[in-house]
Parts: sequence; C-alpha cells; structure tokens
Amino acid sequence: MENVAQVGNIRIGNHTMNTIPIELTINGRHRSLVVATHHTLLDVLRDDLGFTGSKACCLVGECGACTVVVDGRTVDSCLMLAVEADGADVVTVEGLEADGRLARLQEAFLDSGAVQCGFCIPGQLMSAHTLLIENPTPSLAEVEEALAGNLCRCAGYVQIAEAVLASAQGTD
Amino acid sequence: MTGAVVGSSAPRGGGYERVTGKQRYVADLRIPDVLQAKLVTLDCARARIIGIDSRAAERVPGVRLVMTAADLPQPMPRFGPQFDDRPVLAVGETKYHGEPVAAVAAETEDAAREAVSLMRVDYEELPAVFTIAGALDPVAALVCDPVLRPDDPLAGTNVLREHHFGWGDVDTARADVVVENAYTFPMVTHFAIEPHGFIVAPDSDGITCWSSIQHPFLLQRMLARILGLPLSKVRVIAPDPGGAFGGKQNPKLEPLVAYMALAAGRPVRLILTLEETFQAVRRSAAEIRVRTGLLKDGTLAFQDIHSDYLIGAYADTADRVITKSNYIACGPYRVPTARILARTILSHTTPSCAMRGIGTPQMDWAVESNLDEGARRLGIDRLAIRLRNLARHGEAFIPGDTPADGDWQQAVRRAAELIGWDRPSMPGHGRGIAVGFKAGPTSGLSYSTVRLLADGSVFVYAGTSDMGQGARTVFAQIAAQELGVPSERVTVVMGDTNLIPFDLQTSASRSTVFMGTAIVRACHDINEQLRALAGEVFATDATDATGVTIDAGLVRAGTHEIPIVDLLKRGLGTLGGELIGNGHVRKDTIPGHPLGGTPAFYEFNCTAVEARVDEGTGEVILLRHVSVSDVGKAINPTQVRGQDEGSAVMGLGHTLMEHYIYDDNGRIRNLGAIDYRIPTSMDLPLKMHAEAVENGDGPGPYGAKGAGEGAALCVAPAVAAAVQEATGVVIRDLPLTPERVWSALRERDINLTSDGSTQHDGSAVPAQSVSAGEEHTR
Repeated sequence: MENVAQVGNIRIGNHTMNTIPIELTINGRHRSLVVATHHTLLDVLRDDLGFTGSKACCLVGECGACTVVVDGRTVDSCLMLAVEADGADVVTVEGLEADGRLARLQEAFLDSGAVQCGFCIPGQLMSAHTLLIENPTPSLAEVEEALAGNLCRCAGYVQIAEAVLASAQGTD
Repeated sequence: MTGAVVGSSAPRGGGYERVTGKQRYVADLRIPDVLQAKLVTLDCARARIIGIDSRAAERVPGVRLVMTAADLPQPMPRFGPQFDDRPVLAVGETKYHGEPVAAVAAETEDAAREAVSLMRVDYEELPAVFTIAGALDPVAALVCDPVLRPDDPLAGTNVLREHHFGWGDVDTARADVVVENAYTFPMVTHFAIEPHGFIVAPDSDGITCWSSIQHPFLLQRMLARILGLPLSKVRVIAPDPGGAFGGKQNPKLEPLVAYMALAAGRPVRLILTLEETFQAVRRSAAEIRVRTGLLKDGTLAFQDIHSDYLIGAYADTADRVITKSNYIACGPYRVPTARILARTILSHTTPSCAMRGIGTPQMDWAVESNLDEGARRLGIDRLAIRLRNLARHGEAFIPGDTPADGDWQQAVRRAAELIGWDRPSMPGHGRGIAVGFKAGPTSGLSYSTVRLLADGSVFVYAGTSDMGQGARTVFAQIAAQELGVPSERVTVVMGDTNLIPFDLQTSASRSTVFMGTAIVRACHDINEQLRALAGEVFATDATDATGVTIDAGLVRAGTHEIPIVDLLKRGLGTLGGELIGNGHVRKDTIPGHPLGGTPAFYEFNCTAVEARVDEGTGEVILLRHVSVSDVGKAINPTQVRGQDEGSAVMGLGHTLMEHYIYDDNGRIRNLGAIDYRIPTSMDLPLKMHAEAVENGDGPGPYGAKGAGEGAALCVAPAVAAAVQEATGVVIRDLPLTPERVWSALRERDINLTSDGSTQHDGSAVPAQSVSAGEEHTR
C-alpha cells in the first residue's frame, strides 16, 4: 500500500519529536501506527508494540540478536528505521508458531539442545527460518554461513547447526 | 515414565519460552510508570572531577532526575564482594574509562539520552596506570585511596594482595632440566549477549530490584546493608540471565539505580549498552613466569611460578580469582615441590571479575605451555609427560587438600585416542594436547523447598540462576527421579527472594552438586512423609522404614502397592493439600585454609586439537578439536555437551581473537561488537567433539561433579602447541591473531635465513624442525 508520508510531531511530556504514520504487517496482522522518525524497527517492535522476542544487544548490526524477516529477507532490526518498514511484511520470532504449535524449526532447536541462555535464539531462528525458505536442504557450511551474523556466547553453534540441519531433513 | 530421568536428555526447562520469544529477560519487563536511566561518563580513564553542571540537562522535557555524587549519602556508600571499595558513583575522581560520574532518569530513553548529551562535566585528566609495569612503577599513581586500605602494608602500592602458596623447598630441589618462560594473557570480556539490566521500584517500606544477576541473595544482602533496610523489605527478582559467565555474579549498578528510584519516588530502569558492559566487566589480564624443573624421564621435580594479574580499578571478585587459580597453579600433577607467588595488581581499567574458569585459563596457558617446552627439551612425547605426572585417583597431590577425585588419565587417554595421537600428523599439520584443571567451590549454602501437590505434580524452589547452564532442567530431572514423577510435571521456581529460600550463589559450577543435593534431601523429606502417609492409610507401622518402599512413583507397604498420586488422594482426603519437603547443604568455610575451604570437587578436562597455519596470512586453521571432561555423571548429556562445546568455543575466543585494546590514555579503543570479535559459527574448528567421562565419582547427586567451565581452560595451550608443531614457532602471548602468528613466522624465516641463531626465550624462537611445503590457501 502506498502511503503519503505525513510528517508530524507528538509530545511526550513536554518533549516534541518528529513522527510519521506507517502501515505494516507484523506476523500476518496489519497495523497502522505512528512512529518517531529516528526510532529503529527494533525500538518500535519492542517498545511501541511489545514484541520483545527480538533482542537488543550490540545495536550496530553485528550480533544478530534483533534479527527479523522483512519482506522475506533477514534484517538487523536495530539498523533499519521503522519508517523504512512502511508497507513491509515483517515476521518476528513471535510469528513462527502457527495455530499454537511450534514450527518444526523451533522443535528442532529444543530437541537438539540448541537453546542455552536463549537470548540469541530468536535471531538464530529468524536467520535459519529464512535460510530454509531459500535453501530447503542446506549443507552444514551453508548453515554456518547463514548464521554467521548471529552471535551466541553460550556458543552452542554446533547444536544450533544440528538443529537447522535436522529441521531441513524433516522438510518435504 | 520414570526411572531413567537422570541421565536422559530431558527437554530444557524454559525451552519453549526461549524459542517463541516469550522468555522475559530484564530488559523485556514492563514496569508501570518506569523512568529510563542513562549514565554520564567521561572519555578518559582517570580524571579529577572539578564540577558537574546539570542545568541544561534538567531542562530537557521529560527529565525527572539527575543524580551526581553530591546527591548521594555522605560519605559515599561503597560496596564489593570482597572489599567495600566501589562507590555508587565516582566521587572526586574517576578510576577507569566508562565509570559513571552521574546518571539521568527521564520519561523516555530519548529524553534521557538527550539530557546526558547536555551534561557538562569539567574534569582534569590525571596520570593513570593501565599495565602491570605501569602499576608497579614506584612513582605510579595509586588506584585505590590508601584511606580505604587501613592496616594494609601494601596500601601505598597498587598491589592489592600478594599470595604465597606451595610446599617443599624449591631452591634445593634437584632437576635435570629447568625450563623458564613468561606468558601473557590479554584482557577479555564476558560478552554475554544480554547486556546487564537493572530496574528498581520503591515500595511503601522497601524496594524491589530486578537484575540479571547470578547471586540474587548477595545482591539482596548488599542493598539491605547500604540502604539500611531489613532483608525482608528488599525483594530481588532475578529473571534468568541471558548469559553471564561470571560477569553477572555481583552487584554493579544496582545501588545507583536503587538510590535513583528512591530519589525519584518511581521505578527506574537502566539497561546497559554492549559498550557499557565492556566497561563494567572483564577477565583479568596476566603475566606469568613459570620455571619448571624436570627429571630426564619427564617427571616433574618442581614448579616455581610468579604470576601478576592485572585487575581493574575496583576489586570486585578479582582477588578471589587470583587466589583460586594460583593455589592450584601446578595443575592436576604430582609436583614434589612448588613455590607460587601471585600478585593482584590494581589499574585504572575496567574492574575485572570471575569469568568462566576463574583465573585458571590464564594459569593453565602458562603452565601447560611450559610443560610442552620441557617435553620438547627432553624429547619426550607431550601426551606421555602428562600421563606420567598426572595424580592418580585418590592421591593427595596438593598436600593436605582434596585428593584427586577422578580417573584423570582416562580423560587424557580418551582425548588422545579421539585426536589419533598415535598416528603421524599430515605434513604441515600440528597437534596439541593439554589438560585443564580448576578448583570447584570451597564453601556453599543452598536451601531448597519441594512441594508435592495433591495431583502428584511438583514445585521445586531453588535460588540458583539459570543463565543458560540448564539448572532448571537438571533440577526438574533430579526431583522427578527422586519422587518418581515425569519431569514434565515438575515446575522449577527461581529468581525471587520473596518466594525462594536462600542460596549463596550460582558460580564455580556448583549448582548441580550443592543445590542438586539440597533438592534430593527435600525430596527425601517428602518421601519420609509419604511413608508415614502410607503407614496411616494401610495401618502399617509407619516408623518401620523398611516396611514402606517408594520406587519409580509407586509406594509399597506390606502387600499393598499404590501409585503416589493415589496415595496422596487417599491420604490427604477431600481437602487435598500437599507435602512440603525441605533440604539444605552447607559446606562451611575452614579458617586458615588458603581458599577458605577445600574444593568440593575439581573440574578436569583434556583438550586435543589439530591445526595448520596459513603461512601467507598467519591464520590458524583448526581442523579438529576434541574435548573430554570428567563430569562424574552427566545428569543431562545433551546439556553437558552443549556446555562443553560452548566453553571450548569461548576458549577459542581468547586463544585466537579476543583482546581489549587500550590507548595511552586508558580508553578502550575496541568497544563493542564491531571491533572486538568473538567466535562466530564461521570460526569453529572444522570438526568439534565434546565428550564426558562418567565414573559417578563426584560429590553431587548420582556422582555428579560440576561441569561447563573445564572445556575453556586449556584451549589456548593446546592450540599454541599445535601451531608450534605445524610451524616451529613458539608464541607465548595471546591471542594468536593472524598478525601475531604471521610476525612470528616471519621472524622464524629471517632467523633461518641468517641461520646459526641460538634459541632464546623471546616471543618467538627459531624452529627446531620446520614443516616444508606449507600449503597456501589464499
């Protein structure tokens, strides 16, 4: 949908900031909202909409904890302004479950022991989710490359990769 | 449904929440009416604070509070797990890059950030020390005000503590060969993916503090002390941390946030940036000189070790780190004579604290590498020299202390077998093998309450923090095993001092052993009650314990056999109810013991690697990495494997890439994820394998020991040994970055060209044998 950007401003306390209305789809649900022009997609997801599954860590696009899928591509949501997501289709980790059932990828993460502290896991899942759509039968090297932008300090990289491969093998 | 709960890879407790984004870490909590806080820091290390002008900041709409040292109680409250040296805010002068001098709380993060940018701090940069040599200079600036070190003979120096350990007389010990070298280990940081977060809300007569902390009860104790509140009025809620590794053990900025919340009369929330966490916690750097005496056959004759650990501006747990790692500096070996001098040295840098391995990765790097040098000097196989000297199970290898508590040779032999030690390496490849060794907790206190509900489901209350090690899962498995219920019916409640009985701390890989045992005891308490209940129901003599048995969820009393659930129904009657069991474990301190107590267990690991080096770039390419840990019993094998693989990868971080870079003014130049690299999925060895030795010989439930730190301890000496074998160069400084390795290779080649050079103990020595035809891959 086309949006004519209407730059406005809202007051928070006595404070004025530039805002803009945007429309986007998040996890299949259409939303219209007004966002601060300088806020990132991560800010809006977490603070304005309560999708706290996407995590804030490095905020410079290196750790991948904030990874979401925008129009089919993985994005570090800390690097994308919310206004840039106007009209976009966004999937977050909260959108992986369908009909109250875990996606196969999520199940595989649990079965393989890929989850330790869990803080990086939403980002890992989103990167793996996109990989498997683009490449349903990846090699180990392809999995490792696809997840290279998602840091894990518990460093369960081996079990994470095993989970992704197990999930891929379960794909028709 | 039961029986083999322990030893099975039960699904992770909290796993569902973690794969759906529903897990709530501190930063995910939404507290009504909360103010957002930001820190004011200076772009230098040590500075005299001349004045702080907050007028412009206070005019920013939405700003509700600016707090400086002048707004805090006088004298400035100080705190710390070992010494009360850390002020709530810098007072008079800053001691390290990033130390907060003020903080702002506002309605929004935007407003707080803007206000911080408008804070004017007049300061004068002062001379400071950032290195061991600098700190030890007789005219060096003192990091800690001597006033804070009364009756301390070292108060006029930057040496916080000096420790002497050992046995026998090294000066008269006989050896055929003496190998002496110095090794350095860089400053590295924990880099938990979850930055530290704190929220404090004032109540009518106390406070609630949310923190991503490992030791909620010690935080509660500290806040109660400095605020003058009863423990019962300080509620600490500790959501599962998103990684901790020792960096979240003890309070950091909670006192500041508490004072801000009390001053504002509203909840205040401070979530650090990753850069701020780099300025909050790190591992201590070290320079360690090792003089190893050996007999011709490779038998260790003595160890003479002098270690200097560079800690930061405040002590935190750093001196404990040095004590624990140096007391066992000789490793798991039979060493007839030992002398260890360890110094804890303050500097104007990020305060260091415990980090996975508590000082042992530094020590292990030096001592294991030096043993390799000895083996090469003597022409003895590096595996053989280790097997020859390893203490045997039950041997009192540290005089008067906990004897060797495992078949350590077994783990070493297994690692050697897995790497194929007895087969020749491919040309250009090198192998290394090393052992990692760490003392477990030396004292502890853990309470647990277990409730068996009327329908046979179970609550376990445990004050452990599950920071990824999987304590939640293990505790559910233990309770399920002991009570004969499926682990899915067990709910483990953690992280709230208002609900959960006291636990001293989550550190030193203690929780399975200490809290696990407390849970077993609480379950036994319940089983006693079940026996009594069966006695009542079946009119059996309840006092005759042999008359009633409980096994795998069934209660047998005489000829009766009844599932626990049915017994509860009959025994508890129409009103229902529950059985409540309590258990605790206390391991007291031992006055006069160098560690304050004997280690409850040791963590033992053997790591073997195969590597080659890209001679064109200096890149170390790890082909295989095997890690074998003696864990006693893997209560959850999948989790143990994950912990060990993760620990190994963390070890690869400080081995190959991680280090803080300071400039001459004490500023960290590589703050944050772009310039400070940790291993990614692309940095793994081509093949990784982690395995556990399970002989059931630990002090914990089912013979478990601690696990999860061991695999990080000896990665560096194993990798460096492989690099040495592959290239002939010996490098004694970490990390083994391509730049450093390339430089060493270049020096080797220059020396080879000029030839006739003699061996020396510099950072790189000429090769004894050089592998020819090294493949250049890029």
